[in-house]
Amino acid sequence: MSPLQTVDTATKGPRIGESAIRPDGVPKVKGEFVFSNDLRHPDMIWGGTLRSPHPSARIVSINTTPALKMTGVYAVLTSEDLDGMPLYGLEHPDQPVLADGVVRFQGEPVAIVAADHPDNVRLALEAIDVEYELIEPLSDSKLAQENEAIHPDGNLFREININYGNSQEEGEITVEGTYEVGMQDQAPLGTESGMAVPSEDGGIDLFVSTQWLHADRDQVAACLNLPPEKVRLTLAGVGGAFGAREDISLHIHLCLLAMRTGKPIKMSYSRTESFHGHVHRHPAQMWYRHHAKSDGTLIRIEARLLLDGGAYASTSSAVLANATCFAAGPYRVPNVEIYGAVVRTNNPPCGAMRGFGCVQVCFAHEAQMDKLAVELGMDPVELRVKNALEPGDQIITGQTITGTAPVAEVIETCAQHSSSVGPASQQMELPGGAGRTADPKHIVRGEAIAVGFKNLMFSEGFDDFSTASCQLLDGVATITSACAEVGQGFVTLAQQIVREILGVEEVILAPASTASVGSAGSTSASRQTWMSGGAVKSACDAVRIKLLSRIAESHDLDVESLVIVDGGIASLSSEFSISLKEATSDLVEAEEVYRHVPTFPLDENGQGNAHVSFVFSAHRAVVDVDQELGLVKVVELITSQDVGRVLNPLQLQGQLEGGAAQGLGLAVMEEINVVDGRILNPSFTDYLLPTALDMPPVEIAALIEQPEPNAPFGAKGVGEPPAISSTAAIASAVRNATGLDLHRVPIRPTDIVFPERNDND
Amino acid sequence: MISETYSLLVNGNSYQVVDGHPSESLLWVLRERLELSGSKNACEEGECGSCTVLVDGEIVCSCLVLAASAVGREITTIEGLGSEDEISDVQKAFVDAGAVQCGFCTPGLLVAIDQLLNTDPDPDDLTVREAISGNLCRCTGYGRILEAVRIASKNRKAQNQEEQGK
Repeated sequence: MSPLQTVDTATKGPRIGESAIRPDGVPKVKGEFVFSNDLRHPDMIWGGTLRSPHPSARIVSINTTPALKMTGVYAVLTSEDLDGMPLYGLEHPDQPVLADGVVRFQGEPVAIVAADHPDNVRLALEAIDVEYELIEPLSDSKLAQENEAIHPDGNLFREININYGNSQEEGEITVEGTYEVGMQDQAPLGTESGMAVPSEDGGIDLFVSTQWLHADRDQVAACLNLPPEKVRLTLAGVGGAFGAREDISLHIHLCLLAMRTGKPIKMSYSRTESFHGHVHRHPAQMWYRHHAKSDGTLIRIEARLLLDGGAYASTSSAVLANATCFAAGPYRVPNVEIYGAVVRTNNPPCGAMRGFGCVQVCFAHEAQMDKLAVELGMDPVELRVKNALEPGDQIITGQTITGTAPVAEVIETCAQHSSSVGPASQQMELPGGAGRTADPKHIVRGEAIAVGFKNLMFSEGFDDFSTASCQLLDGVATITSACAEVGQGFVTLAQQIVREILGVEEVILAPASTASVGSAGSTSASRQTWMSGGAVKSACDAVRIKLLSRIAESHDLDVESLVIVDGGIASLSSEFSISLKEATSDLVEAEEVYRHVPTFPLDENGQGNAHVSFVFSAHRAVVDVDQELGLVKVVELITSQDVGRVLNPLQLQGQLEGGAAQGLGLAVMEEINVVDGRILNPSFTDYLLPTALDMPPVEIAALIEQPEPNAPFGAKGVGEPPAISSTAAIASAVRNATGLDLHRVPIRPTDIVFPERNDND
Repeated sequence: MISETYSLLVNGNSYQVVDGHPSESLLWVLRERLELSGSKNACEEGECGSCTVLVDGEIVCSCLVLAASAVGREITTIEGLGSEDEISDVQKAFVDAGAVQCGFCTPGLLVAIDQLLNTDPDPDDLTVREAISGNLCRCTGYGRILEAVRIASKNRKAQNQEEQGK
């Protein structure tokens, strides 16, 4: 037996495949877990941000003198006070740290304040006098490319053409549609918050909730004009993320104020400020034409996609790549012409949110498949299965699927699963619940299925890696990784991996910090189970080999005969055994960097091996609709998902249920209403999140376990798919219930009650 | 500014609030003055339930209650659930059932559910959903939270039957 093989190690702690319990669960239920806005320091002062009330304006003057003279105020900074890089951005630095002469979206930071108390921060912010000269905002993404540039970098973030196959053949059957997706907010319950503490070496320590410590660190260091090693970021407790924390928010501001005042400083956004202070899901407008043979075989798809990126780049470029690459859905399509563009406007900036470009197109391609099924007189499930991608097929970028692709399996298991809901029996269960007046006689039920897919990890040639170290001493393993735990449960999984490989019971997770270890990459793109899971696994494998080699050498044994079992090391060829505690009285350690297989850029026809791996899911929704009031109640969600391998059933279930709730939100409730560049509903009073009364049970029809080649433990990331096909399924079920051509999500009551009005939009 | 000194009774302990401003919310005073930061602030307008505490046994959003108005009343926060050494049955059910992800909504939910089970030990699904519909959770989709309530309720019922049988 080789030391590289994983052996059956009997330990008490749960290992891979078991429902291990979160190590941070007990502190969280006791209210002791320290979130980023629970941080405090005895000498702490408070920071705040003055934001532009206008979506587009020139700044004529800023007078900070009255604010600086106020009680308790330590500092007021504007763009004039910056001496580092004045711009930042995750993919492309185009966003001012503080507005310099012009504001491009409502809520853009103009000045920052430090004071002794939040009340004095607020009073100082009110005392800053900014004179604006208003400019007509560019708020219609359709006009962006012909409009005068609103930024030196122009109004086009990126455009992508995907040309696949060469047939211009018209199908025997064609269906066409125009679709629209509204702007969704990630709405993590913890708002942006953190604390910066100046250090004696002239550097700074920043404790902050984020998805990617090292990307933040590099941007902060550039803007502070400090070497990266003098800027140390440590993860503070994160109250959810879902993409909202992939970009910089208050990080640089906090550090600037701490450096200026020499004092520890805390900042915490209000909910309203949070709506203005992070990027959102891109609103999309999409036109599609599907061509099929009369037997239902897809022969060609044409599509044009327009995403509104808002004022600054954020991750717009990568979101567009996903929207275009996955625009056809998980189907075999021999001929494709897709044009996609993501443009700059004076609307709120958009960037990462769970599903990342795939959510928008899934809604559209699944609506198209439904339309096609109707035209063909074919069962929508049969149509999808007939065209389902299989391993060895090419997606529309010409990339061959070399891994698993159980598309037909997710569709069929989801479709076949029996529904367990009866008709609503109480008023509370009707659309609108207790507070509305739904009449059971007006309620129609509908049901539909949708399928989605997405890439795992970063694409298009990005050098995507994760670093982890493992130290084993006295039988206790310590893992150091900068992977951001945002609630998803990486901390649980890391412990499971260590127990699986090293057979130890006690696994300590060191704080995630840029000071102690290299980058783990972003907690996004469903990538951390694979990437940081892979890094932890590699580090543990290396420690295991070192340990067994050391024991073999010191006891004159054949290393090949040694195994880790029952909390100790034993020889398969002799009586030798030693406890792990004893065997590791001297430290054994290793640090490893894990990389996935290389990917490549898309060429001018949108072709290339741009992606690492693909993941698939299906949702079936059952809805009740009150057609008179336009109210929708989702009564059941059924799902099947391609997971590779289940590593923690309980956490997996949590991801499936939680993602589906966000998909439900986008389908029927959640939208940031933006008019002329202004957000009308930046609060939880007006931006509605699904509650326990809105969310139906999520039935898991099947978890398709086909181990993914090259994936650590064969597991695929599971976080995003639940948020992709759920929205499409719910929207389709509402169409099924009402017979209406609902081509926009979220579906609003007026879309159902006055459908003719929306056709004129 | 007007400032006052008053005392609050929180989880059975009396706390002095020195130089408190009368406009401060109970949530602010709990978190920033008494350093009981288990109660969370996700919206501060009574929509999310993250700041849920009990005042004289009644559920309130502490962000909407003036701290000064709670003088002389019994306040229970997340820190008052369970004992020093042991978490409560509902807390344990939350951990075991996977009801905790990011955990930001957790303290408020636990206070609300503890109060529900104290008044209705065997609530049906709709009653539980209604009872926690003022507590937003963005991570879980509520499925494991509802499961945690079922577990806690079942355990309490079994325990009650056992005690009655003795």
